[in-house]
Amino acid sequence: MDYRSPGSAKEAVDMLAASGSNAHVLAGGTDLLVKIRTGMLEPQVVIDLKNIPAIRGVTADASGFRIGAATSCAELGEHSALKAAWPGVVEALRLIGSTQIQGRASLGGNLCNASPAADSVPALIAAGAICEVFGARGSRDVPVEQVVVSPGRTSLARDEFIMALRLPQPPARSGDAYLRLIPRTEMDIAVVGCGVALRLDEAGICTHARVGLGAVAPTPLLVEAGATALIGTRVDDKALAALAVATSAACKPINDKRGTVDYRVKVAGVLAQRAARNALKRAKGEKLEAQHG
Amino acid sequence: MNDMTTTSLQQSEFKIVGTRPARPDGVDKVTGRAKFGADLYLANMLVGKVLRSPHAHARIKSIDTAKALALPGVKAVITAADFGDLPSEFIPAGEMMVNFKDMTRNVMAREKALYEGHAVAAVAATSEAIANKALKLIRVDYEVLPHVMDVVQAMEADAPLLHEDMYTINVEPRPAKPSNIAKRVEFALGDIAAGFAKADIVVEREFTTQPVHQGYIEPHACVASVSEDGQAELWCTTQGQFIVRSFCAKLLGMEVSKLRVTASEIGGGFGGKTVVYVEPLALALSRKACQPVKMVMSRVEVFQASGPTSGAKVWVKMGATRDGKITAAEAVLKYQAGAFQGSPIQPGCMCAFAPYDLENVKVVGFDIVTNRPKVAAYRAPGGPISEYGVESVVDELAQKLKLDPIELRLKNAAKEGTKAAYGPKFGPIGLVQTLEAARAHPHYKVPLKANQGRGVASGFWFNIGGETCAALNLGEDGSVTLVAGTPDIGGSRASLAMMAAEELGIALEHVRPVIGDTSALGFNFLTGGSRVTFSSGMAVIEAARDMIGQLRERAAKIWEIDLKDVTWQGGYARAVRDPAKKPLSLADLANTMGKTGGPIVGNAAINAQGAGPSLATHIVDVEVDPETGKTTVLRYTAIQDAGRAIHPSYVEGQMQGGAAQGIGWALNEEYIYDAKGHLANPGFLDYRIPVCSDLPMIDTVIVEVPNPRHPYGVRGVGETPIVPPMAAVSNAVSNATGIRFTELPLSPPRVLKAIEAKGASA
Ligand SMILES: Cc1cc2nc3c(=O)[nH]c(=O)nc-3n(C[C@H](O)[C@H](O)[C@H](O)COP(=O)(O)OP(=O)(O)OC[C@H]3O[C@@H](n4cnc5c(N)ncnc54)[C@H](O)[C@@H]3O)c2cc1C
Repeated sequence: MDYRSPGSAKEAVDMLAASGSNAHVLAGGTDLLVKIRTGMLEPQVVIDLKNIPAIRGVTADASGFRIGAATSCAELGEHSALKAAWPGVVEALRLIGSTQIQGRASLGGNLCNASPAADSVPALIAAGAICEVFGARGSRDVPVEQVVVSPGRTSLARDEFIMALRLPQPPARSGDAYLRLIPRTEMDIAVVGCGVALRLDEAGICTHARVGLGAVAPTPLLVEAGATALIGTRVDDKALAALAVATSAACKPINDKRGTVDYRVKVAGVLAQRAARNALKRAKGEKLEAQHG
Repeated sequence: MNDMTTTSLQQSEFKIVGTRPARPDGVDKVTGRAKFGADLYLANMLVGKVLRSPHAHARIKSIDTAKALALPGVKAVITAADFGDLPSEFIPAGEMMVNFKDMTRNVMAREKALYEGHAVAAVAATSEAIANKALKLIRVDYEVLPHVMDVVQAMEADAPLLHEDMYTINVEPRPAKPSNIAKRVEFALGDIAAGFAKADIVVEREFTTQPVHQGYIEPHACVASVSEDGQAELWCTTQGQFIVRSFCAKLLGMEVSKLRVTASEIGGGFGGKTVVYVEPLALALSRKACQPVKMVMSRVEVFQASGPTSGAKVWVKMGATRDGKITAAEAVLKYQAGAFQGSPIQPGCMCAFAPYDLENVKVVGFDIVTNRPKVAAYRAPGGPISEYGVESVVDELAQKLKLDPIELRLKNAAKEGTKAAYGPKFGPIGLVQTLEAARAHPHYKVPLKANQGRGVASGFWFNIGGETCAALNLGEDGSVTLVAGTPDIGGSRASLAMMAAEELGIALEHVRPVIGDTSALGFNFLTGGSRVTFSSGMAVIEAARDMIGQLRERAAKIWEIDLKDVTWQGGYARAVRDPAKKPLSLADLANTMGKTGGPIVGNAAINAQGAGPSLATHIVDVEVDPETGKTTVLRYTAIQDAGRAIHPSYVEGQMQGGAAQGIGWALNEEYIYDAKGHLANPGFLDYRIPVCSDLPMIDTVIVEVPNPRHPYGVRGVGETPIVPPMAAVSNAVSNATGIRFTELPLSPPRVLKAIEAKGASA
């Protein structure tokens, strides 16, 4: 196995193009190295992206945030402007693994590992994140929900990788939230994960909503019917009930070691409601109560 | 033999016992200096790897190792053919019975592979990569057979048969056909029908428990080195170096004295390191290669092929009068043994109703083989399973009788003089004291909110003694090296050193405890059965008294007075009749020992008798999320009789650890097998033992009802704490939801399903 550490995006793309099909890019390695160690993957070349200048760090301006795809979740978790603007995204990435894991884990890795259960992805879908994909033909923008195409596979070409994720500056009266169900309290894989982002007008009517859903289908989902259930309402109990129904209906889960079909479908609706309640509170500037588990 | 009770110190006289000094192995552990099973490196050391069966049940038609052996860097390849076959005979090994015909087949499959992950061959090579490559070159021709994973299915007449020669024992007449039922056991007392006739109320339930792994963090690991003349060294992580020696010597056909086994530091065992897996393979590979061989199991191998405890079906029926007197208790227990017989069904039956003073009891048990790894001991083997069923039924009886569950237990609690259904009359035991402490504890009075519930359960475990040696070597400066033969899992070096210092009357810092290898002492049974503080403690006290005898002799010689006129008190020899003679300290006598008769060594070689049962009562509060079925443990209090807590922190550590493991067993731990008998969750990601944030601080209360058969009153404490949690948690979840749960684990999907079913029927 060869290890390469390109110093620029161009160099990385050239290396990818030159390597055979068995080349893997490396960010934090918390998925990739585990797969190598357990024998699931035997790469010929590992291309470490972390020395590409623009792939790490966060920049913010009036239009929004640009998050380097290989920035560690620990760094993102401490970014106060990002936390204030997108608390749901940050609470999702703060759930990844543990303190130690977050010292390495990145959003690019969480997304491109292409697990249906990745925690940051439903929150990023809800937030409407856009990926900057870099390749031989330059840069292109891809909405985050279009990256994962099936378990373990992305829509990226063999010589492409993600340089950054962009999030807008949220307008006034916006809020987002993410919740996941795991049987334990940490170090576990989501049985269901749900992110909700919404915006209210001055009268308290929901004008915009996005619902992202994880671990209940082969890929993370954007639940448009969930958004429809909220838009035009005050996000009251009736709207929340409709959201739960729409979210449960969007699930196409399997029975596996982490949960049954029935359980996932039911709990997806429950989490969607709870996440929407939290997002609503944030949009109204209210504080969330501490929750256990 | 060793009647030491007469000279017992009284509690008020203890200077060191009952205090909380820092453990002598602590610095090495926190600095990374401590050497565990995989931490030994020898020159020319090879890497050993195991080829494992991909099938849950298959006949092995042939194994071709030629290509693997031909691979450059491969130094040895072994299969079952490298081990002599052994006859079927049961040999007691403490809490276990071992059968070497089964053991040799478990470490290396012979005629059949009996579970996924069953070892089929092993290689030793100059690198891990070469060893892995070699495994892929071994050709095994399997005939895949139908398999059976579930106890109830395994008992059916047409179930796939694991062992063609297994005829159920203890049934009359002998069965005409072989089956997967290895044996039937029965314990009875009084007249069960008459007992139920007297009952005003009867509760009858069937429970299901899953096999659960001991979950030690350190996988099995060893280094074996066999020389050309057949002398062998083995370094390994184990609960008993002497047991490893006797097992391996038998499996390899060598004399025990040719094999020296050193126990490394141990990263958890909980019963799972009382057996051998890679150790005999490493020895066999090293014997062939004449080079040292290291073997370390991966986590996947640990889950696929090392012992969990049994999963079971537990049927319990109990009757009581309106005022809460239990009149009859009956149980049928069906325990999975895994691929070879030997589930802990016997202790499971014996423990089932042991906490209670009952006139009419009947317990029947079955030991059943299935295509899963052979079970190994796990804290209080067998007890937690049967007592989970019983303590759940006791809770339901209390509920139906509208009695406080502690009150009901107090009305029926076993105490000194109670005759247990399994035979003996109890000496002083502490169940009543733990129940009273539970009732008085502030935890028991905290009001509960919506969706919260409280559960109580008690638990019993026998504890054992057994063969034990210890030595105290007096250094020329008066310091003492304590050599024990029982690996230190839970802080026993500290406790043993404390007992030696207490007895000798010297400061603890002058005693250095070490765990000797098999050449350092006579035979020691392993660290298990909660026996070390009891048995090794007894041996250390006896060795100290032996040393004191010699010290008095030396002083008598120096003073030229009669031995009977010399006492040993507070670390000094004193001349009773002549106070003018300056007392001689241990150091004074050590400095001159070369001139007064030579080295001084205190020795003990005992078969420790009189282990005292330890009883416990646990209280737990939970909250159940009615929409997701997820249970959160809010508060937990463990109360237990320790007899005497030598080092209270390590007693509390045992209580907390047992409770934590029991909570995992109750809430989330289970093996998930697919239709082919392949394990879907061989790792800690999906085999969910509790993580730190899952648990509240576990409060502890130590009750001390001294064991009169130990010089300091010690009982074992290591196993009892895992007995009550499953029922305590299940009772709490039942109380929170108003639904009686009878199946473990209480995972969110199972609990939510029951909540929804209740909602639908309401
Ligand atoms: C103990 C443990 C606990 C975990 N818990 C969680 C959890 O709770 N929730 C959760 O969602 N995940 C969890 N994970 C998984 C993992 O930590 C996350 O998915 C993490 O975000 C991956 O990021 P990384 O930078 O380490 O990715 P890497 O391992 O470096 O890469 C992952 C994959 O993405 C590809 N890749 C990485 N960066 C890019 C890029 N910029 N462009 C294109 N492809 C890229 C790699 O080639 C690889 O295929 C856990 C992992 C461990 C080991």
